[in-house]
Amino acid sequence: MTDLLELALLRGSLDHCVKCTICETQCPVSNVTPLFPGPKYAGPQSERYRVTDEPSVDLSVDYCSGCGICSQVCPQGVKIAEINAQARDKLKRQKGVPLRDRIITRPTWLGRAGTPVAPLANFSLKLKPARILIEKTIGIHRDAAMPAFAGRRFSSWAHKRSDALQSARKIVYFHGCGTEYYEPWEGEKLVAILEHNGFEVVVPKQDCCGLPLQSSGLFDDARKVLSTLARALDPYLTDDDTIIVGNATSCTLMLKREGREVLGLEDDPVLKRVSERVYDICELLLELHDRGELKTDFKPVEELVAYHAPCQQQGHWVGKPALDLLALIPGLQVREMNARCCGTAGTYGLKVEKYDIAQAVGRDLFDQVAASGASTVVCDSETCRWQIADATQRPSVHPIEYLYRAYGLDS
Amino acid sequence: MRSQLHFDAVVIGGGMAGLTAGTRLAQSGAKVAVLAKGHGSTHLSPGTIDVLGYTPGRVTSPEDSLARLISERPDHPYALVGADAVSESLQWFADCAANGPLPSYGYVGGLERNLLLPTAMGVLRPSAMVPSTMAGGNASGLGTVAIVSVPALREFHPTLCAANLTAAGIESRGITLHIEVERADMNPVGMARRFEDPKWRGHFCAQLLPQLRTEEHIGMPAMLGMRDPAAVVGDLERRLGRKVFEIATLPPSVPGMRRYEILRSALRAAGGRLALGADVISHERSNGRVTSVATHAAGRDLTYLADWFVLASGGFASGAIELDSHWVTHERVLGLPLRGVPETGSPRFEREYLSDQPLAAAGVAVDGELRAGGTDNVFVAGASLPGATPWREGSGEGIALASGYRAAAVIAGGLRTEESVTS
Repeated sequence: MTDLLELALLRGSLDHCVKCTICETQCPVSNVTPLFPGPKYAGPQSERYRVTDEPSVDLSVDYCSGCGICSQVCPQGVKIAEINAQARDKLKRQKGVPLRDRIITRPTWLGRAGTPVAPLANFSLKLKPARILIEKTIGIHRDAAMPAFAGRRFSSWAHKRSDALQSARKIVYFHGCGTEYYEPWEGEKLVAILEHNGFEVVVPKQDCCGLPLQSSGLFDDARKVLSTLARALDPYLTDDDTIIVGNATSCTLMLKREGREVLGLEDDPVLKRVSERVYDICELLLELHDRGELKTDFKPVEELVAYHAPCQQQGHWVGKPALDLLALIPGLQVREMNARCCGTAGTYGLKVEKYDIAQAVGRDLFDQVAASGASTVVCDSETCRWQIADATQRPSVHPIEYLYRAYGLDS
Repeated sequence: MRSQLHFDAVVIGGGMAGLTAGTRLAQSGAKVAVLAKGHGSTHLSPGTIDVLGYTPGRVTSPEDSLARLISERPDHPYALVGADAVSESLQWFADCAANGPLPSYGYVGGLERNLLLPTAMGVLRPSAMVPSTMAGGNASGLGTVAIVSVPALREFHPTLCAANLTAAGIESRGITLHIEVERADMNPVGMARRFEDPKWRGHFCAQLLPQLRTEEHIGMPAMLGMRDPAAVVGDLERRLGRKVFEIATLPPSVPGMRRYEILRSALRAAGGRLALGADVISHERSNGRVTSVATHAAGRDLTYLADWFVLASGGFASGAIELDSHWVTHERVLGLPLRGVPETGSPRFEREYLSDQPLAAAGVAVDGELRAGGTDNVFVAGASLPGATPWREGSGEGIALASGYRAAAVIAGGLRTEESVTS
């Protein structure tokens, strides 16, 4: 990207900051810990002192969880979260990246290593002494919610099945690492819902989107991973109407916008083409409903559930489509939670020095869930669901779970 | 895919006016989307509903002064919406608050008589309707007052506030409670979180009680809890044995955020959709009607098609109306014609910052039904309207509420007519 364009898009936006403090009111992190002074201080204010060849001025930016709420609520369009992400990258270059951050940011490595030995790996990760050892050696907090390996891979199921629907209406499915290694049933349900609506689901060979790497400030690696993914998906965009859908809302956001803006990949034509075609699953289903193309043969689901829109879902800037979709299901009562963030922010809440902050951030949500009387917490992002399920002792599922059941696809 | 969504009505702007219009439309059965670029003055303003405070002398009865203003100033937004819309919208908002997400947190007051509440400076400020946690600060009901805060809240000075209140005839004393908060510098939102913790409240009251004398009322910056302020205030009153009231702070505003939450949840309860971060970047027109607007969403633009639009994007302060470097004034969202722009050669600004400021009273030209000039289906509400000087009149929230309410009523009337034509 040219320096001038970069200046206009990100750094230049800080000149629009009028110091209104609205971002400070919404920052989940600065509201619970003095270690992060808030998006305005760490962003537009500190940025003026950041000089290319000089050391980072403000180490606290490492405590930004990267949720992106500040940019979303800014009335002046300042790219606060994006500026802070770039400052974090610089800080990491300067201070070095701990081994832990090189491991937990690679879901593909972890998944490939853990899947064949899933029972043993899952068993070990439940052992307190093992978790204490992991905490002492690499710094993953002993109490942080860790997902269990499914022991099978979504892509294996997708490529082996013989009953896949063939149709002229094709949708490319970006399932991401969470579905691939930890929750393959989510992908199977997504496929069932799309096939129920007459789409053929195409599953390209694919890998991580690079978001965990970006969040930990490993930008060079994140760029490589994201570029590779874009090039894996691009050949499937065979005509102007083909789209890519995903159920991991933070990963679809990475493909749509974050990678291009934060990693400075606006000039990559392949990524641009791909990013313009990416849909979050609920966004897609709601658009289909708007066009009268979504089947609504829903059976009643008599249940009371809580819905939490993850920060990254809200970063799509399309409202909360899941709420409108779930409202189509007869009998289903949905309580919208209005807490800002569950706290985990991908891998942030795993880190030993940030775990307590992540729990404090999530407290508002956990209390609201407890007060709601809901049996289940519906949420679009897998890492948020793991955190929520662990903290609230309730199951936490993707919104498509309820569409799947309402369609009667579970029987 | 086309990245399009269809609605009966689309509201541009998520402030008081936009949320009111959107909620009223959703309540009348319309399919509604409210598009907001971000949060705005809702999170900065004091949370009171100021209908009419100065004309230019201080207003005692907004009802009487409103009637006079309407007859004398036919171009004023209040004259366009009418006195009925003002009183109905106030009642409607009070009902929203009473049935809203914050238990026992209501709005009190009305058009008969303004309440006079102390500001952070200790100046008495007229408001028609105020949160129940602030109403105790009404000057007519105050005995001796202790104004209490903590040093971490650096923009609130109890002694300054108390000195000015005393000068205004209310015997007051400032108490700065030297109590440790985990950081040197806190805003009211961070403090509100502390006050939600009963342990913190116990600690706070234990420190404060020995310092109190015969004061009957405790005035504190508006930071007494976000989710359940009535319970926080009730608990403090029990522990202190005195009446406690909140005083509006400098931004950010905790009562403003509560008020936002009341309207946001009313919108959702009525089935309306809110998209944040949805900056409107272009629109389509056909034969005098706006047919769609496009927002900048992640990855691509998202188009909202609708039969009706409400423009509630604010005025100069929000950037929706601008004076460009060629000294030309524009409405930036839909390019609508403006009214009240000072003619070339006549003064745009006055020397004194808070004086009338001719340019700032400019706004989108509308007809008597708030319909924007040159369009059949765009209605205007809130600070986008011309003719008012809310910073002098103390009228911002009243205009936002009443015009949002009125715009929704006109559109709902149109929707009903369409239905009867088609059926």
